[in-house]
Amino acid sequence: MRAFDYRRAHSPEDAARLTQAPEAMLIAGGTNLLDLMKLQVETPELLADIGRIGFAEIIDTDDGGLSIGALATNTAVAIHPRVRRDYPVLARAILAGATQQLRNRATTGGNLCQRTRCFYFTDIDQPCNKREPGSGCGAIGGVNKLHAVLGASDHCIATYPGDMAVAMAALDARVIIGAADGQQRSVPVRDFHRLPGDTPWRDNVLDPGEVILAVELPAPLEGMQIYRKVRERSSYAFALVSIAAVIAVENGAITRAELAFGGLAHKPWHDPRISELLVGSAPSAELFDRAADLLLESAEGQGDNDFKIPLARRALHAVLAQVMEQAA
Amino acid sequence: MTVHFKQDQPATDNRLDTMAQGVIGKPLPRIEGLAKVTGTAPYAAEYVCENCAEGVLVTATITRGTVVRVDIDGAMRMPGVVAVIEDDRLIARPAQGTANEAPKQQPRTVCYWGQPIALVVAETFEQARDAARRIAVEYRDDGDVAVTPAEVAAEEQEDETVREGNLDKAMADAAFAVDATYTTQGHASAAMEPHAAMAQWDGRTLTVHASLQMLNYNICELADAIGIGAENIRLISRFVGGGFGSKLGISEEVVAASLAAMQLQRPVRVVMSRQQVFQGIMRRSETTQRLRLAANSDGALTGFGHEALVSNLPGEEFAEPVLQSSHFLYPGENRELVLKLARIHRMTAGSVRAPGEAVGMPALEAAMDILAEKAGIDPVELRLRNIPDKDPERGLPFSSHKLAECLRQGAEAFGWDHGSRLARQRREGEWWIGTGMASAARVHNVAEAKARVTLKADGTAVVETDMTDIGTGTYTVVAQIVGEMLGLRPERILVDLGDTRHPRGPGSGGSWGAASIGSAVYVACMAIREKLAAQLGTDESQLRLSDGKAGDGQTLVELLDGSDIAQTGHYEPGRIKDDFAASGFGAFFAQVRVNHYTGETRVDRMLGAFGFGRVLNAKTARSQCLGGITWSIGMALTEALEFDPRDGHLVNRDLAEYHVPVHRDVPDLDVILIEERDPAASFIQAKGIGELGMCGGAASIANAIYNACGARIFDYPMTPARVLAAMPD
Repeated sequence: MRAFDYRRAHSPEDAARLTQAPEAMLIAGGTNLLDLMKLQVETPELLADIGRIGFAEIIDTDDGGLSIGALATNTAVAIHPRVRRDYPVLARAILAGATQQLRNRATTGGNLCQRTRCFYFTDIDQPCNKREPGSGCGAIGGVNKLHAVLGASDHCIATYPGDMAVAMAALDARVIIGAADGQQRSVPVRDFHRLPGDTPWRDNVLDPGEVILAVELPAPLEGMQIYRKVRERSSYAFALVSIAAVIAVENGAITRAELAFGGLAHKPWHDPRISELLVGSAPSAELFDRAADLLLESAEGQGDNDFKIPLARRALHAVLAQVMEQAA
Repeated sequence: MTVHFKQDQPATDNRLDTMAQGVIGKPLPRIEGLAKVTGTAPYAAEYVCENCAEGVLVTATITRGTVVRVDIDGAMRMPGVVAVIEDDRLIARPAQGTANEAPKQQPRTVCYWGQPIALVVAETFEQARDAARRIAVEYRDDGDVAVTPAEVAAEEQEDETVREGNLDKAMADAAFAVDATYTTQGHASAAMEPHAAMAQWDGRTLTVHASLQMLNYNICELADAIGIGAENIRLISRFVGGGFGSKLGISEEVVAASLAAMQLQRPVRVVMSRQQVFQGIMRRSETTQRLRLAANSDGALTGFGHEALVSNLPGEEFAEPVLQSSHFLYPGENRELVLKLARIHRMTAGSVRAPGEAVGMPALEAAMDILAEKAGIDPVELRLRNIPDKDPERGLPFSSHKLAECLRQGAEAFGWDHGSRLARQRREGEWWIGTGMASAARVHNVAEAKARVTLKADGTAVVETDMTDIGTGTYTVVAQIVGEMLGLRPERILVDLGDTRHPRGPGSGGSWGAASIGSAVYVACMAIREKLAAQLGTDESQLRLSDGKAGDGQTLVELLDGSDIAQTGHYEPGRIKDDFAASGFGAFFAQVRVNHYTGETRVDRMLGAFGFGRVLNAKTARSQCLGGITWSIGMALTEALEFDPRDGHLVNRDLAEYHVPVHRDVPDLDVILIEERDPAASFIQAKGIGELGMCGGAASIANAIYNACGARIFDYPMTPARVLAAMPD
């Protein structure tokens, strides 16, 4: 850890102003950032603590949705009665992540900004274009079982590691972002994270001086909500593959199919073609195989992670089985 | 006074079963448990010491080469930095267990990525940690060197080799034969407490609080490393937050803290980071093992082959003793056992809980499952048919042998179905469900030990030895032996461990701690009993002591009349070690579920039945077994050190990425302790127990995976990727 200055922000605008300076970072729960600072993966000169600016509330929105403050903890979201009733896929995704102690500290905004678990990113003695642009990618040709099979580039094959955002992508939630001048913009969660391309150091679309204020969930969607997380260890492990799904079946045909995938890419993966394919058809193994074909059309393994390609297909079939069972 | 007892004969006459106190074997809670759970038991780094400086190790970022220059100028200008210690006496590797001398020093010669090369000392830990990162090290890099066993020709460990009869012919002639090759990955001890040392030097004596398992050896290792006499060193390890072999020998932080304290004339503390512990401390070698089993039509083994390839750094003698129990567990007159060692540049390979059997048994017992299937014999029955009546290679009698009892009682308690073993028969929703079993075996070791027992005039007792308690229950079982022998309630006994000012114990390792130190304590207590009996004018065998009284008459306080009786027991295993084959035995039974879609495996329930001589404390013994079974689950399903294939550096260097089981992975575990007396194992008829619980357990899970879903897997750990690759459509 390097020595750093510490300031407490008093409002989102204040926080946004403080982080306009290069080498300044926001800290909320600190469950990811402090670890990375100890390893000197992150070396901010200024930490702006947003822990006391409010924005921890979870409130109903006018259109029947739910607004989750950026500083609402993972635990608070997962146990919120409306989340449990109307957005169970989100509650399940959050509870599938980390540990109780971490969830008690981790915040909604911070979790969206969680950085990759790539072994080469978290070790500053290794090359990593995400951490040190131009140094190369150690994971290509290295140990890469956790890495991306979709949307990777020659510069970076890291994955986004979280669970919460995968559920939010399936629910088509929006991230509300504030700036120093008080202006706000909103970005779909599906577009919040980026693919690495040739700028892998940018995980998401936040600009310097911007602060996440909230995540807005749309009005509840009809249908079954499913979160499956495949992992070697049954808790405190990142997903090999995860699927968040909201699927409705009426009169034997699928009427809604919103799916997002974790563990496969640098972002929660959402492919609108899958919904188009599934809606209107009767759920069947053959149909889900075609969905998997679409999903994995451009999938490419790196060696250790080749297994993720058949695993994602099988996980989709597991979701199908759950749908069939619940529909029956 | 010291009483020396060398055990050449089995201890058939043993007092522990005829005493009056009735505390031996009882499931007493740990006497230090409250201190531990309330945070009042100090671990090495937690001692408060004025003016203590903090040290952080600088580690190498090449695999093989030479340090040309360590640029300390920048670091020395940083706030709080006191010194950068570069000293040829710094050790470059941890010492192997029982080394008794310094490991390789001269840290400027780099042999593996992450090797400590210097120490930065600062006023605060944070300053030292940052400064250690800012030091620029210039290397002469030797370039590409072998980092995987496949890259080099391996050396046969000829002491291990056994070739008897003609195994090839036995395989060809066999009614049933198995020829299978398994792999296991490297493991880390992953002890909760990181390696830490705090050293103080007063100009004459070096006092080091450290987290170590074997002070009796460690003191000599440290003395040799820094070049002062052992009589000028005091090592203290009162509490150790897990060792599992990783703290058998001294490691880099102990020597670094000591040299810094001597150079700077002030106390210095060095705590390794979690990453440094993972990449600098002992790994268990990965293995490749070929098993060949030849059986006649009854399933009796006629041929037995076990070949293993392991690795270590150049210059290290340790070769993971994979074949250790294979030498005696099963018969077969045609035998071929070969151990080979590949010299590669990963960090030092050494002891991790149950070195040898931890990985050898899971391969052997998985192969036995294939043989049972081929022969159409129930796996429990197959093992019962293959219990030798003496050590098949050395011809020695077994000191005791409870495998058959473990198999039978374990099977009954588990509800083992001796019927058809067809795979893929039971499915619940997405999950295939199946059962599997395996034998357990772990060689028994016992070592020389000394302990001083003082029966105080006030009717209490004090036990002093440099033996450690690494979380296993030593404090408690020592109190129970003394309590039983001297007729004292355990709360009247102070057990003072982990200090080299006391008589030398055996150290904690190789599962020999309790039997060895217990025997020394027993010797001391017998001597005290002789004295008391003499005072009463009776024979020791007639002396009945309980609750602080002799018989129904005098209290011990009255009898002692103001004086203490102090006796040092010196136990030495003699010919019993040569005249008998001694091992703990057991059996594992597991039920698992395997997800049809994802290949995830979860253990539903697991049972272990173990026979290891006298049970000194039913609770701490059971806890050791629970821990061992938990390690079995980790080995079977998740644990693997992952090395970069290009430079051999360890990539999964923390507890988030090296997956030991979490609570959710560990179901209700059942342990059956099969009580026995093993008079040839130790003076107190007890055998080792700390490691047996993981010696074969992973195979019971592997065999259950096959029974559940039909995936026969030859590579541990059995991850979803491997299960799916092997699962039939």
